[in-house]
Amino acid sequence: MSVQASDSAVALGRAPGWTAVSRGFADPLGRLGLALVLLLLLTAVFADVISAYEPTKMLPRDRFLGPSYEHLLGTDQLGRDLFSRMLHGGRVALMVAFPAIGISLALGIFFGLASGYAPKWLDNALLLLFDAIRSFPTVMLALALATIIGPSLQTVVVVVILFSAPAYARIIRTQTLALRSAEFVLASVATGASIWRVLGVHVLPNIIGPILILVSMDLPVVITTEAGMSFLGLGVRPPTPSWGSILNDGYSFIRESPWLAIAGGLPIIITTIGFTFLGEALRDAYDPKLRKDG
Amino acid sequence: MLIYAVNRLALAWAIVVVVIAVLFCMIYVIPGDPVRIALGPLATPEMAASFRAKMGLDQPVWVQFTRFFLGILQGDLGRDILSNRGVATSVLEQLPFTLTLIAGSMLWAIAIGIPLGCYGAIHRGSPVDRIIGVLSVAVIAVPSFVVAVYALLIFAVELGWFPAIGAGRRGEPLNQLHHLVLPSLAVGLGWVGYLARVVRASMLEVMGENHIRTARAFGLPRRTIVYRYALPIAVLPTITLLGIGIGHMLSGAVFAEIVFARPGVGKLVYDAINARNYPLVSGTVLITTGFYVLATLIADLFVAGLDPRVRASLR
Amino acid sequence: MEPALSIGGLSVAFATPHGALKPLRDVSLEVRKGEIVGIVGESGCGKSTLLNAIMGLLPANGRIVEGRIALGGTDLIGLGERALDAIRGDRMSVVFQDPMTTLNPVLRIGRQMSDIQYRRQLTGSNKKARSLAMLARVGVPDPAQRMAQYPHELSGGMRQRVAIAMAMLAEPELLIADEPTTALDATLEIQIVRLLKDLQKNTGCSILFISHHLGLIAELCESVAVMYAGEIVERGSVRDIFHRPAHPYTKRLLDCDPARIAGPTARLPTIPGDVPNLVAIPPGCIFTDRCPSAFTPCPGMKPAQRRVAEGHVAACHLLTATLPNDATVIGSRS
Repeated sequence: MSVQASDSAVALGRAPGWTAVSRGFADPLGRLGLALVLLLLLTAVFADVISAYEPTKMLPRDRFLGPSYEHLLGTDQLGRDLFSRMLHGGRVALMVAFPAIGISLALGIFFGLASGYAPKWLDNALLLLFDAIRSFPTVMLALALATIIGPSLQTVVVVVILFSAPAYARIIRTQTLALRSAEFVLASVATGASIWRVLGVHVLPNIIGPILILVSMDLPVVITTEAGMSFLGLGVRPPTPSWGSILNDGYSFIRESPWLAIAGGLPIIITTIGFTFLGEALRDAYDPKLRKDG
Repeated sequence: MLIYAVNRLALAWAIVVVVIAVLFCMIYVIPGDPVRIALGPLATPEMAASFRAKMGLDQPVWVQFTRFFLGILQGDLGRDILSNRGVATSVLEQLPFTLTLIAGSMLWAIAIGIPLGCYGAIHRGSPVDRIIGVLSVAVIAVPSFVVAVYALLIFAVELGWFPAIGAGRRGEPLNQLHHLVLPSLAVGLGWVGYLARVVRASMLEVMGENHIRTARAFGLPRRTIVYRYALPIAVLPTITLLGIGIGHMLSGAVFAEIVFARPGVGKLVYDAINARNYPLVSGTVLITTGFYVLATLIADLFVAGLDPRVRASLR
Repeated sequence: MEPALSIGGLSVAFATPHGALKPLRDVSLEVRKGEIVGIVGESGCGKSTLLNAIMGLLPANGRIVEGRIALGGTDLIGLGERALDAIRGDRMSVVFQDPMTTLNPVLRIGRQMSDIQYRRQLTGSNKKARSLAMLARVGVPDPAQRMAQYPHELSGGMRQRVAIAMAMLAEPELLIADEPTTALDATLEIQIVRLLKDLQKNTGCSILFISHHLGLIAELCESVAVMYAGEIVERGSVRDIFHRPAHPYTKRLLDCDPARIAGPTARLPTIPGDVPNLVAIPPGCIFTDRCPSAFTPCPGMKPAQRRVAEGHVAACHLLTATLPNDATVIGSRS
């Protein structure tokens, strides 16, 4: 219900993309969020440069070491450097996030446009499909899918797409419905503008804002899904480090050393908080009326 | 009200049908032998044969779907590969544990989230309000399994205040409560933050309405206005949210059960996956989804029934 | 005997991102015991802000900059919330404009009427009895049934009667009615106004009646204050204001009253121009830009309240005894 309310509020767009973005960074929390996001991106990209060890290199005599100059976060049960594993875990997170969101977006645009322009029965059928997918308790569906397809990075991507795409489709659909009959679009079409021009000049700027907000609010969910599935052993296969699997090790060896849990959980916390703060700031800048907490 | 209820019921029913259809598709549309996919690698040839016969795999797809669908309605969700018990029985046995966990989580959310939201609305803009605001966003963002592991680490392992494993001894409610605290905190913490935000926003909105101005103009004491005039109206949206939230709490509960080794639906399905007990997996998914749809339905109807304005407009 | 309500030199300011907004400036007003005083003015003239200031219900960014407000002998400015709560709904009460939203939608009428009687140490059934009696008094048919109903089950006129009943339950010294009939249709308007007149006669309370409807003011009130853009531009008895208006704004207002249109016309009379910006207040008379008779002193110097007749004052430079020789008419908008 609240999604629908925000759907229609978003309908005709408020501040065009860039004004909103720059306003979003006036908010200190937004800046903090941006800083954390950049931290993630940089450390993931330059993980090899920053960390002294390979994430899979095992030093069997140096198990469960605490933090030190050589190992900033200590070592895990196989003597692998936790700091390096943590940084490389960021890479995995991004390797899931980017394709997943990209494809979700594409699917969302396709289905959203289809739903917006379709005859009512098709529109209703699609809406029902979206609602049904949202009705699944996410973990259950993820588990079921992972069981059938088998655990891997690709499985995680599929799960994420399945859950994210309906949300994008909804927003696109709302925008499509609203813009379809908006005067400036009709005028543009009436003066003979090509479909591409209409899309590019009129539709696109109006949906950039909501899409950007949705993406930054969706990313924490994506990262959490990947980490959650890896935590349960249904995501990326070892020895590839994922924050979720590091956290799982942290759980298994909780009495031996707390540092595994810290190395796994801390980046998840920082990343999810960072993206959420960023998303909130963007949303407030874009249209304060969307804000649900006064 | 009646028409609304009927419509809402129809929608819920439609969703259930779609969910079953999706499950069906997953088994049959994904490449591979449907029997393998449905039963898993541990199925014996006899099981495979009886499954084939029951499902009528040589029949046209829509016949198969109808038989699948009717079978579910009759309560036949398949048989556990390992123990050969009915899946439905196994799941329903474990459900109460999970429900208790969810109830505990909601209790955290309500007991802490609502007062925090009220405080934030009344003392809007104060430093405490700002801190609550930031913390609310933070706890919403952090996933429940992280909270679960850290709660385990800090309060059970390091401090030893709470037990780390299990649901407690049977017949000892206090002991079971002791075992419930940390897992339900893990699941409910995010909801504390969420409710705090929603209640705050809702309260601010209600307090700005004309009838509250009237109450103030008649000199009603602050306590009365906040707790007996504004809050009852402001909390209505939270009821729907909690109903919807049950689905999300279910996901969180799965993780909490695994981390704290509590019996329940989550642990059941996790163990089933690891044991390749596929009918149990799909049966559990089905039941929990049905449960979630039911919870949302009840929450919606409840809210519609409570608000006299909604009742009137729906008449 | 001291007046029921006495306002002297009241100025209110709101803090906004664009600067300090001044919706009320140097407002002075008096309501004697048992008197019915009307305040008339366009939308945006500050009537609601005046009401909020008197009731102590200004929003968080508003404050009283200077002046005094006294109810009976009690100074209202500077009272704490507790003290104000004791007075509100007891010694003064309000009937608001919009009957649709004034009552709590999820509580029954009876419950709301009992709740506001919380100060008196009465039993539940006593409160109920008083409520029933008052509902009958204000002309609500079948009060017992109404008490058990929710606000949305009542019509607009009925709700407003309930609001008046609630206001009178308090047995106030001062009843403030903020455009109580604006949301109702014409026949209901007359009924409500007559009801108020009737109640006042019986209880002897004072009434401050805020409206932009000149006919109702003429019907109900004894004296009137004319407000424009946050200032009181003219005050006097109903007769003075309606028959011998002194301020150009009052004259234009009366001209524009639809009741005064003599015969069919092509255009309805209006006052051209807009209400002035309340952040950057011009130094002179506030009505200068829209005044047909504005002349030399008007833009630069604020006119003081000048005596037109006994009990009749207006703030206008045109009322000075002699006009300077070099006076030239500035505005000529008509």
